[in-house]
Amino acid sequence: MSKLNSLAISDNGFIFKPSTGESFTTNEMGLFIIQLLKENKSGEEIINAIMEDFEVDKITAGRDLYEYLDFLKREQMMD
Amino acid sequence: MEKKKLTIGVTGLNNIDSPGPGVPVIRGIKDSGLDVRIIGLAYENLEPGIYMPGLVDKTYLMPFPSSGSEAFLERLDYINEKEQLDIIIPNFDSELYLFIKFSGKLLEMGIHTFLPSLEQFEERHKDNLPEFAEKYHITVPESKALMNSDELANLPKPLSYPYYIKGKFYEAFKVSNHNQALYYFNKLSAKWGFPVIVQQAIHGTEVNVIALGDGEGNTVAAVAMRKQYITDKGKAWGGITISDERLLEITHNIIKETKWRGGMELEMIKTDDGEYHLIEINPRIPAWVYLAVGAGQNIPEMLCRLAMGEKVKPVTEYESGKMFIRYSWDLIGDIADFEKIIIFGEL
Repeated sequence: MSKLNSLAISDNGFIFKPSTGESFTTNEMGLFIIQLLKENKSGEEIINAIMEDFEVDKITAGRDLYEYLDFLKREQMMD
Repeated sequence: MEKKKLTIGVTGLNNIDSPGPGVPVIRGIKDSGLDVRIIGLAYENLEPGIYMPGLVDKTYLMPFPSSGSEAFLERLDYINEKEQLDIIIPNFDSELYLFIKFSGKLLEMGIHTFLPSLEQFEERHKDNLPEFAEKYHITVPESKALMNSDELANLPKPLSYPYYIKGKFYEAFKVSNHNQALYYFNKLSAKWGFPVIVQQAIHGTEVNVIALGDGEGNTVAAVAMRKQYITDKGKAWGGITISDERLLEITHNIIKETKWRGGMELEMIKTDDGEYHLIEINPRIPAWVYLAVGAGQNIPEMLCRLAMGEKVKPVTEYESGKMFIRYSWDLIGDIADFEKIIIFGEL
């Protein structure tokens, strides 16, 4: 199972990492990105989806995505 | 197991800020399907487990292990005459030597235990940890057992500050200079005797495993936990079960290699690089055992069944994300109960 798929994530934005016992909170955008990552969407597809759902431009959407990916990797929540 | 009422003696009823495992062990047993009568075996008049409503059916005071084997056996003989004990679950490190040494004698009295052998018990001692690690290919922090405080000034490399000074049985203090080291060396040697152990501090997260070995190399139960809230005594006041495959693999290997018999707790540090360093093996059930029960593995029940000679099927599943949070609670007692314990040594 991938690290991302092993996370327990609630609709409220509470993330539990079973391998370490750590927990995190995330916002609506974070939940949205995680969901699309789990569906194996590409970076381009995720950026387009963020633009559409959150009504932001491409630069903002890209920044949001890559900042969130940095967070997930830093906390070892994705491979 | 035949459906008879089991009479089970349990020690470690001191449910204080450094709690003994007795109370959660009893809770686990009572949650199981076993028909039991619980006999508390207490060392102090004010161990809370003596007075907790609905916990023990009867309590007897025991002589401290330091009183010697004669007083220990004499008291157990008296208690057994009254109660016809089927099982005793000892929960203190300091009493385990006696219970292991006299387990054959206890069995002759009809009392079953499920404990490690004397060899298993001795080889995992804090002062033997480096040899234990080498024998079973486990990573441990650099450590040295000291018999004299002068040795603090000449610790072998690479031991350096900060390091932990640990008592023979209990307690550990992190020290950063010679004066601190000397202070705690004297304090711990006076309280727990020699040797005093110096162990290199490792930066990382403390993760623990409670496990039960069947004595034939099989891990009957194992649950991993991360401490979430640690008291100034280093005790977990809150914890959460985790699903750490590597940690459980290390546990299974240790039990397989040592053919561990009985309950145990592995205390490990997981570094940021994902390495595991074993800092201690406790040769008994730890005080957080009820978390394992809550997560799906009733280790006290399984230990009782093993003690009575039943084959117990290993359990590998448990729920991760189960938490425990300790709390204190003021029991209101009656002086008459306290009097009975003081005067008669039983309640």
